Amino acid sequence: MSRRAFGILIPEALGPVRMLILAFVATLVLAVVSLFVGVSDVTLATLVSGGLDGRAMEVLLISRIPRTLAVVLAGSALAISGLVMQIIVRNRFVEPSTAGTMESAALGFLVVTIFAPGWPLMAKMVVSALFALAGTALFLRILRYVPLRDILLVPLVGIMLGGVIGAVTTFFGYRFELLASLLAWEVGDFSGVLRGRFELLWFGLAGTILAYISADRLTVAGMGEDFTTNLGVNYKAVMTLGLVIVSLVSAVVLVTVGSIPFLGLIVPNVVSLLIGDNMRRTVPWVAIGGAGFVLACDILGRVIRYPYEIPISVVVGTIGSFIFLYMLLRSKRGAANG
Amino acid sequence: MIIASEVTKAYGETCVVDGVTLSLPKGGVTSIVGPNGAGKSTLLSMISRLMAMDKGSVTVDGLDVSKTPGDVLARRLSILRQDNHMTARLTVRDLVSFGRYPYSKGRLTADDKAHIERSLRYLDLEALSERFLDELSGGQRQRAFVAMVLCQDTDYVLLDEPLNNLDMKHAMGMMKLLRQAANDLGKTVVLVLHDINFASWYSDNIVAMKHGKVAAQGPVAEMIRPEVLSDIYEMDISVHTIGGQLISVYYG
Repeated sequence: MSRRAFGILIPEALGPVRMLILAFVATLVLAVVSLFVGVSDVTLATLVSGGLDGRAMEVLLISRIPRTLAVVLAGSALAISGLVMQIIVRNRFVEPSTAGTMESAALGFLVVTIFAPGWPLMAKMVVSALFALAGTALFLRILRYVPLRDILLVPLVGIMLGGVIGAVTTFFGYRFELLASLLAWEVGDFSGVLRGRFELLWFGLAGTILAYISADRLTVAGMGEDFTTNLGVNYKAVMTLGLVIVSLVSAVVLVTVGSIPFLGLIVPNVVSLLIGDNMRRTVPWVAIGGAGFVLACDILGRVIRYPYEIPISVVVGTIGSFIFLYMLLRSKRGAANG
Repeated sequence: MIIASEVTKAYGETCVVDGVTLSLPKGGVTSIVGPNGAGKSTLLSMISRLMAMDKGSVTVDGLDVSKTPGDVLARRLSILRQDNHMTARLTVRDLVSFGRYPYSKGRLTADDKAHIERSLRYLDLEALSERFLDELSGGQRQRAFVAMVLCQDTDYVLLDEPLNNLDMKHAMGMMKLLRQAANDLGKTVVLVLHDINFASWYSDNIVAMKHGKVAAQGPVAEMIRPEVLSDIYEMDISVHTIGGQLISVYYG
């Protein structure tokens, strides 16, 4: 038996657990490759000859390992937040950057940078997360007045809301001469990641774990309010939990590496096509897929114009928009065929 | 027994359900019929705590539905509504397994697994159990949702227009199955139906609603009568006995 999905034939004989292990190993290999890509000469040979105090070891510990960890943590967390967003909005085409969440997080970060520039990054992240929460709640509120049956209208509303919030942010960014910082938050980039500047991303892992623990309840909520209530699950509580995960992850990623568009859209959608929407099964896949995809894009961005670097948001955005387009056309065709 | 007293729901000036007092006996199949906008679905939603009522109260075997914890009620009463505009890509087996959530909270026991297998078999879904819901026909999907509700193994099973989108053959199959569930498994089945002939053929009791109120209630033989039906639907309806069953004719 085999199942064809997304144009790929998946041999079922491999078994779901073995497939997952295979994906994990592939991602691990990418992570190792990522450690050895860059301008500084870091190879096994230089590491061994330089010893523990050598330059290669220093670059590895201060720059390469933090960068690779940041890519893995941000990639998996953003993919998970996209998945959770799609569940709570019940729409396949939403993610934090098409729902006003990222823009709200940026506004929050700007506000706290203006009024409390001396606060530690952790506190700024919390403020940013609260703004993200409020912005996403506003999005959900607006959606009550939109016919949800129209699957493409929902992300359009989100993008428009994000546009409005983004305009406000840009205005104040301009007034307070923070446009350059603003750009840094909005265009995701891993080149600035050093030891001491990515550790907040571990909160992203917390978001992933939270999503896994509550996977059943989130899956149930994805079937709708009536369905959820029938099974004795508190719908509002699950929605709130989902909102908290999405906002926390968005804020964390925004303040550490910046926004990465499309990621939260592509990875969960591909996983959904391959193995469905039962979150108990999809969360590990989405987390590994997100990490692997961003690792691959990050390595690509570093080698394509070597020794220069293309920001991750550009690479993911370019590849992502093509995959997104493919998925859109595919879903149209599927609908036409009934 | 389900007891509703003075249940009311209004949207602005319009009273959709207007002080309904009703008791539904335990066991058997009860159909709620009536013209469009009579408040049938709204009443069913309030009985099953999907919708808050403005006034009144509902008890199920003595449990007040608006005060009883959700998971306690979920082991006593299940409700299936037609709200599947986005069907998540769950397999049939996954969906049916969620029927056990009120009991196991996601950690399936051997007992839960036996229930799941039985429900799949009961609705003849074994061959489809690993298929995704969005790969099924409307009728198959409907069967999968009913299997989930049966897997929930509640004394009361409430269904809002379960025959929607089903062709004659599947509609008949569905009603037969619900009849069986009442007979073999001792379930109390309450349905909202549009087709009074389906209601007549397969139910024990019929509740007729009109303008947000209960217009009449009783056993099939008392309810499927020209004078009762004509009054409720405001049209000429004649009733004939065919094959020992009361069949309404309202064409022409």
